[in-house]
Amino acid sequence: MSNPSKTIDQWLDTNTFHHEEFWDLKKLVAEKEKKGLKISLCIPTLNEEKTIGKEIIIFKSELMDRYPLVDEIAVIDSGSKDRTLEVAASYGADTYLSADILPSEGFKPGKGENLWKAIYQLGGDVICYVDADIKNIHPRFVTGLVAPLIHRDEVHYVKAFYDRPLAFSEGIRPSGGGRVTEILVRPLFSLFFPELTAMVQPLSGEYAVRREVLEEIPFPIGYGVETSHLIDVYQKRGLSAFAQTDLESRVHRNQTTADLGKMAFGILQSFLNRLESNGMVEKLPEMATVFRQFQAEGKDYEQVLKEIVEEERPPMIEIAEYRKKFGKG
Amino acid sequence: MPESTKDIATQLESLREIVLANIVMAGEIPSPTFGEENLTRFVSDRFTESELDNISTDEAGNIAGIVPSRSAKKKKTGERNTILVSAHLDKVWDATADHTVSATETTLDGRGIADNSTGVAVLVSLPQILEKLGIGLNSDLLLLGTTRSFGRGDLEGMRFFLDHTPLKIRAGICLEGMQLGRLSFSSLGMLRGEILVNSTNDQSDAGWHSGDTAGAIAVLSKIVARILAIEKPERPRTEILLGSIQSGSGYNVPPTKGALRFEIRSEEGDVVDRIHRQIEEIVNEADALGQATCELNVLATRTPGDIGFTHPIVKSARETLESLGVKPRIAPSISDLSALLDRGIPGLTLGITTGRGRHTESEAIEIEPMFTGLAQLVSTLQFIDKFEPDEQSE
Repeated sequence: MSNPSKTIDQWLDTNTFHHEEFWDLKKLVAEKEKKGLKISLCIPTLNEEKTIGKEIIIFKSELMDRYPLVDEIAVIDSGSKDRTLEVAASYGADTYLSADILPSEGFKPGKGENLWKAIYQLGGDVICYVDADIKNIHPRFVTGLVAPLIHRDEVHYVKAFYDRPLAFSEGIRPSGGGRVTEILVRPLFSLFFPELTAMVQPLSGEYAVRREVLEEIPFPIGYGVETSHLIDVYQKRGLSAFAQTDLESRVHRNQTTADLGKMAFGILQSFLNRLESNGMVEKLPEMATVFRQFQAEGKDYEQVLKEIVEEERPPMIEIAEYRKKFGKG
Repeated sequence: MPESTKDIATQLESLREIVLANIVMAGEIPSPTFGEENLTRFVSDRFTESELDNISTDEAGNIAGIVPSRSAKKKKTGERNTILVSAHLDKVWDATADHTVSATETTLDGRGIADNSTGVAVLVSLPQILEKLGIGLNSDLLLLGTTRSFGRGDLEGMRFFLDHTPLKIRAGICLEGMQLGRLSFSSLGMLRGEILVNSTNDQSDAGWHSGDTAGAIAVLSKIVARILAIEKPERPRTEILLGSIQSGSGYNVPPTKGALRFEIRSEEGDVVDRIHRQIEEIVNEADALGQATCELNVLATRTPGDIGFTHPIVKSARETLESLGVKPRIAPSISDLSALLDRGIPGLTLGITTGRGRHTESEAIEIEPMFTGLAQLVSTLQFIDKFEPDEQSE
């Protein structure tokens, strides 16, 4: 295997962006039109009436009316009990019930289901997925993700990350994802897919992907969808197919530790399924001993490597001196 | 005019998302008085996108830009007439308050959404509104976001701009988010002050206290009782508003400091002066009693101004509102408008839409009436553009 640290450093240098690099929307739209790309925005929802209206207002006004970057805005809903769909429609979004799309395939309740059905329902060459629970919505949540796909043909999957330190005035700061990322996903990736640790926030719900990639990967319908995407696209196309963009800050509901436990359980299922289907369970690869985290200085990101070797001692009963001392044969 | 004004409202429906998005974005940027920089930056970016002329910020932090007149090429800027449209950028909320906006099917909700995120959003949307309607004015249209309007800000932004601009401003419109139908063409005389009380008694929280244990609160309450007894005339309309009182920290510690904030408002400046002197005397007497030091600080003042109910601009605005089925609500203003009237510039304050909960955390505006408010603004602008000042004396 090539040296993951070197690959990651190089990738961080060339494929990690900050949304401010794409401030010139006129230029971005011109480039999009030159390439003849069609872009669909998909917002999966379940009971999001409080935040959905504002998202549609901002995206439609800024990215359709003012700068025609997005060709369609679709809300795909899992069956909200509140007025999510009515509010979204009143501000001009196309609204769909997930259950009505591709009825021959049935309906499974879950966010991944909505993302999967979007591939069938929407017409874009690129689909940009943005969650509906963002309180500080801003056009950057779309522009920052689709811009690398517009500018760079070799990039296929762009993931958001959020790095806005609240209390670091200058100097180096730790950088990374939420609790499930840091406690579960990063250690798993460090062990089995070290290059994927380059994703600062592998679980972020915002990403833009080319159709040819979306149509060739399976979709877990629940918590595991983001993790499994990364593994599947990585195995088919390698790290160079990915890019990530810093969107600065994302304000959303905070989840309880119990909820995060459920999320971790779902992610583990998807992860282990992948190990199994890749034949990695019967024949576990040699596990890496380098744990990879991140720190940032200004807008530069670098890996922080820590060698962690879990050495073991045998049961004491196997030690001859012990058996002799305690007369255990 | 009635039909055409209603047509304007209908045509503007297609700019719905543009205006709403501007309200949401202006609404989510904290902009406390003296801390308006981020909202100024937003307005500046919007002015740049609309390709306005002469976009600039001044020493007071105001942001201005010009939509040039149709005849811009024929005359130099200084020689052309200018119509001012302004919106104050500051909000009453601290920067740390949650400024999240949420949208229902019919309303936008959030701190400061009416006062004055909606006014600011309309200001930055105006170039597109006029373009959409194919309206070109004969005057230059000066768009101005003003700073420091509230409280201790004392209209510093607007005053600074008017004192230093070389432009010939023929009339001004100040935008406020709510209420639709509001029509202010006069400003009240106003004095805003605070009374500070500082007593020097025993502060321990145990045992018996020597002397007066009520401290600053007792002194302040005597002052309040005397202010409330001040006689106020029915005409000119006059009021003394006791806005806030602060003192003390618990149950058992006599308070040493206290502050009372108040405002005197009247249609006549002499009455404001008289009541100011009376309050001054009350404070001086309380001070002389020796229980506590008492002082009165004046934080802001306005002189009353009026362009008159029958002024052609006011008349036109009234007729426009009536033609749109909105009953005009005439109310004097103590906001940026008074700085215009002080300098002899005819002006109006217009409300853009209906709303509720002003200055509360559940402040909200109604979306649909906004188009009526925008039509009213456009019609009034067109009237001012054509209006010759000589008509006033006829």
